[in-house]
Amino acid sequence: MSKYLLDKFLYTIDRDSELVERYRHDPRGTVAWWEAEQAGVILNCHGDERSTWQAFSDAERDALATHDYVTLFELGAHNFLLLTLFIALFERDYAEPLAFQREFAARLSHWSLPYPDIST
Amino acid sequence: MATVAAVIASTHHPFYYRASTSTGADRPPFADEWVAKIAAFRETLTAARPDVLVMVGSDHFHQLWLDNMPQFLIGKAPYYDANWYNEEREFGLPRMFLRGDEELSGFLLRQGMDAGFDLAFSNELRIDHSITCPLITLRPENDLPIVPVYTNIFAPPLPQPGRFAELGRTIRRLVESWPSDKRVAIIGTGHLSLELGGPRQFGPHGPDPEFDRKAVSWIASGDLQSALAEVSLDSLWQPGNATHGFMDFLLMMGVAGDGAKADYCDSLDLFHTMEAYFTWYPEGPSETDPVRRAQ
Repeated sequence: MSKYLLDKFLYTIDRDSELVERYRHDPRGTVAWWEAEQAGVILNCHGDERSTWQAFSDAERDALATHDYVTLFELGAHNFLLLTLFIALFERDYAEPLAFQREFAARLSHWSLPYPDIST
Repeated sequence: MATVAAVIASTHHPFYYRASTSTGADRPPFADEWVAKIAAFRETLTAARPDVLVMVGSDHFHQLWLDNMPQFLIGKAPYYDANWYNEEREFGLPRMFLRGDEELSGFLLRQGMDAGFDLAFSNELRIDHSITCPLITLRPENDLPIVPVYTNIFAPPLPQPGRFAELGRTIRRLVESWPSDKRVAIIGTGHLSLELGGPRQFGPHGPDPEFDRKAVSWIASGDLQSALAEVSLDSLWQPGNATHGFMDFLLMMGVAGDGAKADYCDSLDLFHTMEAYFTWYPEGPSETDPVRRAQ
């Protein structure tokens, strides 16, 4: 399990407008490409000097590939990264302001404290 | 020595810019009241006639990332670009360009380390909405140099609440020992109860109005002792999963001083979070300084 890598995926997609669209339209393909090509990139280092050990667990990979934010929350993805990226992905599909955000909350309504640990 | 002209603590609501600039059907029903409260709050800074702004906020996973995460960081650069693509996308925030005060940055870094805080620094820092929101609300002219101070309220492990208060006390002491004739306003933004990315997010009020009531009372009365006695890294999950941002209020209470009652207090109960605005005039309010004490 790699909460850090989950967060790194959310972070690097969220900050890039082209990747946000790519992930919206082809989640499974984007996750496969990202894990193969991008997961090991250390953000402040030259591309050749990358980590060699980063990999998702099967559950993490599948949750990302299916846009399953409830499972990502339960796997300990950082709540802020998760919300920000998923607003970018899906808010546009809802007519009412904040409707997506409220649905997001409702789908997590079976959770009470303590929430899954977001520590990395 | 420099003068601390004002100490200001507030929430930083990223939707203010859009709400305040929207018109017609796009303008939310609460916008006019919000704008009026902000305009009155802004007067507290204007009346203090600052030359430099020390701005305390927190990077929201923009430039600072989990591969190299500082707990407390001070920017030291002549300029700062500000706001990010995802803030433009979600909040409609404009790109901004800020001037820095490198001399004060360097002074706070050196003296802060000598005072027991091993501060990180950045010579090329892109600022986010935790600092641009209070500039938009309090100094929309954006005509003063800043010193950005970033705290980690986001990525555990976090510093203890008491450490935030102590950093605030240290910043106050250091600014007052800066060999300069400038008037410095110290401004910091944090959160009251707040939930983001969890089941209690975006309700009709903040997720924990009782916490908000207590927090506003602690801040208004400068009651750091009670706040620190009741708040811990574990307890701050209870009011909402983004409530660790309250620690930036603790930092500002440290700047204001233990027991220092705020000279100006206001709040606004908005959807999903409570807005709160506080100003202290360390020189004592002048006849022209806006004063609005807690009831």
